[in-house]
This record gives sequence, structure tokens and C-alpha cells, in this order.
Amino acid sequence: MLLIHCPHCQEYRDEEEFSYGGEAHIVRPLEPEALSDEEWGDYLFFRTNSRGIHHEMWYHLVGCRRYFNATRNTVTYEILETYKTGTQPTITGANL
Amino acid sequence: MSLNRLQTHTGTTLDFTFNGKAYQGIAGDTLASALLANGVNVVGRSFKFARPRGIFGHGAEEPNGIIQLGSGAGTVPNLKATQVELYQDLEASSVNGWPSVNYDVMGIIGAFGRLMPPGFYYKTFMYPKKLWMTYERFIRKAAGLGATPVEADPDSYDKLNQHCDVLVVGAGPAGLVAAREAARTGARVIVADEQSEFGGSLLASKQAIDGLQATNWVASLVAELRACNNVQLLPRSTVFGYYDHNFLTILERRTDHLGLTAAQGVRQRMHRVRAAQVVLATGAFERPLVFAHNDIPGVMLASSVSTYVNRYGVAPGNKLVVFTTNDNAYQTALDWHETGRDVVAVIDTRSNPSGDIVAAVKAKGISVIAGHGLIEAQGNQRVKRALIAPINALGTEVTGPVRRLDCDLIACSGGWSPAIHLSSHTGAKPVWDESIVGFRPGESKQQERSAGACRGTFDLIGCLAEGATAGAEAAKMSGYGEGIPQFPCSAVEEFVEQPQQALFLVPHIKSISRAPSQFVDFQLDVSASGIELAVREGFESVEHVKRYTALGFGTDQGKLGNINGMAILANALDQTIAETGTTIFRPSYTPTTFGAIAGRDVTNLFDPERYTAMHRWHVEQGAEFEDVGQWKRPWYFPQNNETMQESVNREGLAVRNTVGILDASTLGKIDIQGPDAAEFITRMYTNSYLKLAPGKCRYGVMLKEDGMIFDDGVCACLGENHYLMFTTTGGAAGVLAWLELWQQTEWPDLQVYFTSVTDHWTTATVTGPNARKVIAKVCSDIELSNEAFSFMDWRDGTVAGVKARIFRISFTGELSYEVNVPAHYGRHVWEALMAAGEEFNITPYGTETMHVLRAEKGFIIVGQDTDGSMTPADMNMDWVVGKNKTFSFVGKRSLYRSDSVRENRKQLVGLKTLQGSDVLPEGAQVVFDAKQKIPMSMQGHVTSSYFSASLGHSIALAVVKGGHSRLGLIVHCPLADGRIIAAEIVSSVFYDPKGERHHV
Repeated sequence: MLLIHCPHCQEYRDEEEFSYGGEAHIVRPLEPEALSDEEWGDYLFFRTNSRGIHHEMWYHLVGCRRYFNATRNTVTYEILETYKTGTQPTITGANL
Repeated sequence: MSLNRLQTHTGTTLDFTFNGKAYQGIAGDTLASALLANGVNVVGRSFKFARPRGIFGHGAEEPNGIIQLGSGAGTVPNLKATQVELYQDLEASSVNGWPSVNYDVMGIIGAFGRLMPPGFYYKTFMYPKKLWMTYERFIRKAAGLGATPVEADPDSYDKLNQHCDVLVVGAGPAGLVAAREAARTGARVIVADEQSEFGGSLLASKQAIDGLQATNWVASLVAELRACNNVQLLPRSTVFGYYDHNFLTILERRTDHLGLTAAQGVRQRMHRVRAAQVVLATGAFERPLVFAHNDIPGVMLASSVSTYVNRYGVAPGNKLVVFTTNDNAYQTALDWHETGRDVVAVIDTRSNPSGDIVAAVKAKGISVIAGHGLIEAQGNQRVKRALIAPINALGTEVTGPVRRLDCDLIACSGGWSPAIHLSSHTGAKPVWDESIVGFRPGESKQQERSAGACRGTFDLIGCLAEGATAGAEAAKMSGYGEGIPQFPCSAVEEFVEQPQQALFLVPHIKSISRAPSQFVDFQLDVSASGIELAVREGFESVEHVKRYTALGFGTDQGKLGNINGMAILANALDQTIAETGTTIFRPSYTPTTFGAIAGRDVTNLFDPERYTAMHRWHVEQGAEFEDVGQWKRPWYFPQNNETMQESVNREGLAVRNTVGILDASTLGKIDIQGPDAAEFITRMYTNSYLKLAPGKCRYGVMLKEDGMIFDDGVCACLGENHYLMFTTTGGAAGVLAWLELWQQTEWPDLQVYFTSVTDHWTTATVTGPNARKVIAKVCSDIELSNEAFSFMDWRDGTVAGVKARIFRISFTGELSYEVNVPAHYGRHVWEALMAAGEEFNITPYGTETMHVLRAEKGFIIVGQDTDGSMTPADMNMDWVVGKNKTFSFVGKRSLYRSDSVRENRKQLVGLKTLQGSDVLPEGAQVVFDAKQKIPMSMQGHVTSSYFSASLGHSIALAVVKGGHSRLGLIVHCPLADGRIIAAEIVSSVFYDPKGERHHV
């Protein structure tokens, strides 16, 4: 069971309090109507499925009910950092 | 005194029965030691060939003594006799063996063992497929893996969440000194050990430590730890899982040693521990030697023979032959010699054994036969003799004549395998080490380190030194101490040992495939020839061979057989063991009871139940309830022994003809406020709320971004920047999370706030032609005329003296008022409405009638008529999609993806059976041609189906490919019972198609 630091509550809490939110930093296109089916499909369905560093959303469901992002190693399940929605990770696949 | 009990060992006598026969043991015995004391040779039958099997080990590795404890509600299957502590009146029986372990009719299959090679079940029983059910019943009965209790568990269990700085797993020499070093620093320490007493291997040891007998040294150290406030000692506690981020689970057996069920208190407790640092000191398992008929009762592990002698005072035989590849097992010959019983010989595969302990054995006049292998055991239900022969230095072939040694006990040792299971749970990849002839724990993936035998360090002095270092290091890394051991290293007598020989299969005069079975995995009857056969049949990966042969699949999870099996596999593949690798160990380390995992989360505490404010009233009326999410909702209100259908007919007709009342409190309610509330809601729903005025309501559908319907409901404008959103009962939590997701992660610039108010309000829906007359009797401050208070309006007012919001929305198609009052007034208002409606025969109705009435109107239920693959257009609800919205609301772009506009999508239609009395089962498949061959081409399925009393015939909603353009088509529903029901595709609106009745 993961131990997750909620950047809003500023505490480590058990995974049971959280809900997984999928890959982070996927920006909704500003003009969906301007996109082809294929472009829209990319936004809708395609994810990076990283092996290693992965930025993902978590939701402190049974806590503050706020979303935040985590940088997690999908091989070791190590959570390298958590950071608020709207901010950028300090650890990326490129700088690790 | 029992047959095999040593005179020196005394204690309180305990009576017990095994397979119905009465025996006596001594307090402190395990069931295994007590059975051996009584000379019970056969304790079970093997899984596949039903061969007689006896006790082989003395702990978690035991493959044969698998027993069923007790009977009735508290019975426990599949326990290891070596781990069951004896108590007065214990009852146990073998899980395998019918009608008895001594005469097993299945034993005859053993005689035909060559007819049951690995993969036998796959090869033989899979065809013809329709007979699999028959075969399976036979196989399961024959195999027998114990019986689960059929009554409710009488015991209680609980869970304890714990945090500690250092968790020490295993209280043998390494674990104990690790705990002492960590405890000294002030760190919070937990020490868990699966045995009843701390000490591990020292419990059966005669070695002296610091001048004390090993058991006394253990006792003084345990007393020292017990005196520390920062140390928690958990005996009888198995750490059975090591999970992410240093989360470990411990099963503590609190009363199992006292009786079948707990007289008081909690039987077992699961500790859920988040440890900053972990020291694994889990020891090692002795490895058996693989020789012909090595499974005959009387063949045991050398360390187990010593343990029974030294710890339990039991000598399980008379004439011992020790068979070894290492110095260590010579201790067993010394221990046995001391009992006064006969040591026939020590057979050593090495050509010139000469370590200190070997010399000690020779000094006692015990015969040591070097350079030999014990190639075969003989006997039926007990070993009678051993066949020995000289073997070559590599241990690959017999090089001389075979001799017979009469004996009744063979103690074998092929070296030691570190218990690396918990480190494997973390994902650490075990590393093969030739120097210890075993796998060492791999590089740590979590905050853990191994110490002692589980790390491949087998000498006592080494275990003590490693334990001290590990304990000090773990404490430091959790923030305590300097990381350097502070206690002086214990003084231990040291031996000079010679290297062991790596031998995983003892050669026979015949080839592997011709020799009598050389068992690798006792529990599942996997033999050396079976592994070779798997290789000949093309299996190469260790994981595949494991699944094909069932190696390591038993309840012992291959603790004994795995290394030998992998080595034999490697040899057959002409690889090294390192290249072959090992299978992965996963939790649980030993079987864990469901009771402990469930803890107190059973019966009433399994899942919370939610009740509305009127629940008690419904119970008093004799309502039947149905579960909707966690809610208990009235399903129907039977009167005078009515059937459900009769109740539903009566309730539905009342709504259509006069007036009914429904408890709709469970609908999700979300209060939405903020200057951008209307904009936000408009982005989430398919239609627009920007121009919705206070006092007005609107029905909306919410889509996922893929364009598929996710929820629906009415949203009301309560005032400027203030809305109330109704959701489906089951969807409430998900919708709130959905709104928060979009607001927080996509549009944080929109100022809007959400509050769940589901439980704050009670909703009574009064519906039917007489609804207005009922409301008028209890509400005088709202103008109720259709002109002043129209359909899809809402009003503030007072109902039965209580401030209320009334919504004119309708899920029945009739004139409806949904009366919302603060929850605590719910029952008062409900009863007032019942009293007011009495003259109109107001009829309470439940969810079943609600479903029938809405289906008559063709109103969908999200999650029943939709399944996450339905667009509004599929549901014939294009009217709910705002075409001129400026913002591209969630899901909009997906509505014209090529797949969303496909013509043969499944579309919602009505089905009217040709025989009006036939009610289609929900889920029935729809086909166009009933005469086609199976498998038929399925064109859709029934989503909702009822008998409609108002219409006098059955109605159904279905989704059918291209359904909207197939009105009038006759389709067919083939049912499981062979009937085929014909139905006509009709409009999904069966009742009042113009919608006049709710506008009155």
C-alpha cells in the first residue's frame, strides 16, 4: 500500500484515502471542434504508459478532496515527489 | 509414556485425537511432535498419486502433514501439523486420504503413476469439453484439499494499524541481537516470530553462547527486550506479506494454541505495519535430497530430526541413517546418539569429510561412509532399509555395487536455502550464489536488509554479528543511534567446517525416467523425471515448467522443493541455475485465514447501510427493501400476502388513477454556488443553463469526454449564482468527484463551489392525477394552479408547518410534486402527506413500481438502459443536446466522431411481445432471424422489462442495432430455456406519448 504525501494537507497518508486520477498534464484542446477525429482521439484515448518516471493525478478523496500530481516510478512504485495541480514537476524522465 | 518419547522429557499430559483415534502428547508439543511420539507413520496421502506420507519437517516447510483441525463452525482446513500447537482435546484429521490414510482406494492410482505424467489433467480431461464438469468433480473429490466450514465463524478477529521505526522479522539469533541493538537506541521496535517461543534455530540447539546454554541465552535476551517500553514482542505472529512503501502485514494467532475457538477475546489479529526500516532475519530451510522413493514415511530433514529430539524429546524411530552433503547434518547423528538409539551410519556424498564435527561423530564410533549416495529408500508405510552405493565426485553416477542398510529413519540434508520470500515480495530479484549453493536476497528495493541465515550466513557467530550490524543500521536510518553495534559480540564455540557439495539429484543405477520416483515436490507429487519430461515436451521457462508440473503449487509453496526442482530443470536445459533463475515468491508467505483479513468488517460492519428519514415508517408498513448502492430503498409495499407483481400492479394503478407517494430522498443532491456556477454547469451538461431563471428547473444529461452518457438528472436554479443539481442515487459520489476534477484541474479560473447535500434533505414525491389536491391540504403559501406553478418550476413554501422546496418534476409522467424538507422533518411531513392523501387512497410505492412507471414513459435509467457506450442520440434524446452552445461542453466533440455517428449503433427502442403476457427477461439477446444456426448474429439486448398493469401487457426497452429505423420489425429473443419469444419493435414511449398528463 502506497504512502502518499498530500501537498495540500502537508501530510503522508495511506493510499486508502486517495483515488487514482490517471496521467497528469494532459491539456484539453481549446478548440475541440477544430480537431480531426484522429487528433481528438489522441487526446481522448492515448496515454504515454511510461516505464519508469510517470506524472499522474491523485485525488485526496477521503481527505481534502483536492487533486494534485505525483511523480512516480512505475517500476519500483516509488513516489519521487507530489506537487499541486497547475505547477510543474521538478523530476522528469529527462533530468533523472 | 509414548513409544518414541524420551524419558528425559516430561510435562503435562494432553489428550488428542487424530483421524478418530485417541493419543496423548505433552504440553509444548506440536501436533507433529505428538504424532511422532506416538509412532504415527502415515499422516496423509499425496495429492496426485495418493502415496502414504509422513511428517517430513518441523515448521512452515512441512509438505505432508496437512491436516483439518476440528469440526463444525470453527474447523480449519490445510494447517501444517508442524505448526499446530497441541491443546487438550484437540481433534485433527488428514485432508487427503479416503476412506482412510492407511488404506486409500486412490492409492491404486499410485501404482499407475507412469500413466499420470505432468500435464496429465490438461492432456486427458479437457476433451470432450462438455465432460469437464464431470471430471472436475471427480478430481476435486479425489484430490481433497480439506473442507471449509459451512457455518458462520464463531470467532472474532481484528486489525491493528501500527507504525514503528524498526520491524524485526524473525527472532532467531540474528533477529534477537538486531532487536537488542535497535531497542537500545530508543527506536520503536516490533519483533515478530511465527513460532510460539522466540529463539528460532537456537530452540533446538545445544551450542553454548556466552557460557550459557542456547535456550537460556535466548531467555535472558528476551527478558531484556521485554523490559523495554519501546519494544513490542509478537510471538505466534507470521509476517506474511511485504508490500509497497514498507507496509507489512502480520498475522498474530492469539488463541489458536488454546483451543479450536476462542473462549474469550480475539482469535487472530492482523497487524498492518508501516515500518520506517525492516530487518529480515527469517532464517533458512534445510534442503532435502532427491533420491528414489525419498517420500516414504521415515525420511525426514536432518534438522527436523534434531529438533524433535532436542526440543520436543521425541525420537521418531530407532535405527537412523544420516544422508548428507555437508558437515552440518552430522550434528543430527550426535543428537541421536545421545538418545541411546542406534545410528546405523552417516552417508556422505563427499569423498573425504574431515571437519571438526565429522571428527566428533567418528570419535563416538559412528560409521561414516564417505563418497556414497543413498540412492533409494525401501519400505511401504515406513522406511525398512536404505540402498547405498559409491558415486563419482560430481555426484552424477553410481560407480560401484549397491549395499543395503536396515534402518527405519533417514535424516537427509542437501544444505540450506535462505528464506528469501519476504525480500522477494518487494521485487528484489534473488541472486544465485555458488558458494552457499543457494539464492541470496537480491538488491534491496525498499528500506530493508537481511541478516543471518536468510542472507546465506549459516554459522552462529556470523548470524550474531550480522544481526547486530543490521539492527544498529536500521535504527540509524530511522533516526536513532550511531549505526554501530554497542553490545560486545557474543562468545560462541566455533567449528571448522568443510565446504558442502552441491547435489540436487542423487544418481540411481537406473536412468531418471526408469528409476523409482525421485520426488522433488512432495505435496504435488512432482518428480525429477516429471521435470525432465516437461523439458522434453518443450518447456524452457522456469515459470512455465512450474505451471505445467505444478512444482511449488502446494500449500507449502515449494519451500522445500523449489531449489532442487530448478537445479534439475537447469541441468535438463544444460544451463546454470543462475541462467534458469527462480520463480517469484508472492504473498502470503503461509496461508492466512480469511477471518483475519476481514477482521471486524463483517455482517453489519461489512459495508455501511444508509437509511432515509422515513425508513422506520417503511419497515412498519412491511415494505420489502432493495439495495441501491449503500441505500436501503423500499422495493414494494405488499399488502395481504400479495406477490410482488400484485403489489406492483396495485401501486402503479394507484399512481395512474389517483395518487401515489415515493420516498425519493436517496437521489444525489449537490449544492452549487459561485459567480461562475451557471457557466460551469453548462460546460458539464449537454444543454445550457445560462438563461435558467430562479424558480426554474431543467433536465440534463452529463457525458464523459468520449460522448457517452454518464449521469442524468434535474438541475434547479435556486437564486442568483446558486443551483441544486440532482443526480442518480448510485451516481452521486461519482458526479461530485467528476465536477471537482474539471473545476480543479481544467478550469480553476471558474469560481464555483460544490457541497453534497444528499443527506440534508428528505424528498417525498407525490404523483398522480390527485397530487395537487393532496398538496393543497398541507401547503397554503404556494399558489398551486398550473398557470402559477407549472411543470419544471420549483417553489419555496411551507408544507405541514415545515419550510420546504417543492419541485414540479415528474419521473412517472403524471402530475408530480417533489416535496423536499430538511431531513429531520422527513417523517413528520411524510405522515402529514399520507394523512392528507387518505381520502384519495394515497398509495406508497417502491422502486419497482417507479421503474415500471418510468419505463411506460420510456424514461431511461442511466446504468440500466445505458452501459457507458450510449450517446444521447442512441437513447433518442438528441433534444437534450444544446446545438448552439458556444463552449464545447464535455463530450461534445465526441458526438460526431465517425464511430458515434455510425448507422448501426445500438439504439433505444420499445419491444412489445406478440403474446402480451410474455415478459422478456432483462439481458435477453435480440436476433432478427430465429432460424439461423448457433452462434446467432446478435443484434441487441433487452435493458428493461416489466408487466404494465396500466396497459395490460408487458413492455420492454431494448437497444437494437439501427433500432430507430426498424420500427415495426418483428425480432426474436432466444432464451436459455429454449423458448424463443417474438416481439415487435415499437416506440420507447408506451404511455401518454404526447406527454399531456404531467402538464395539467
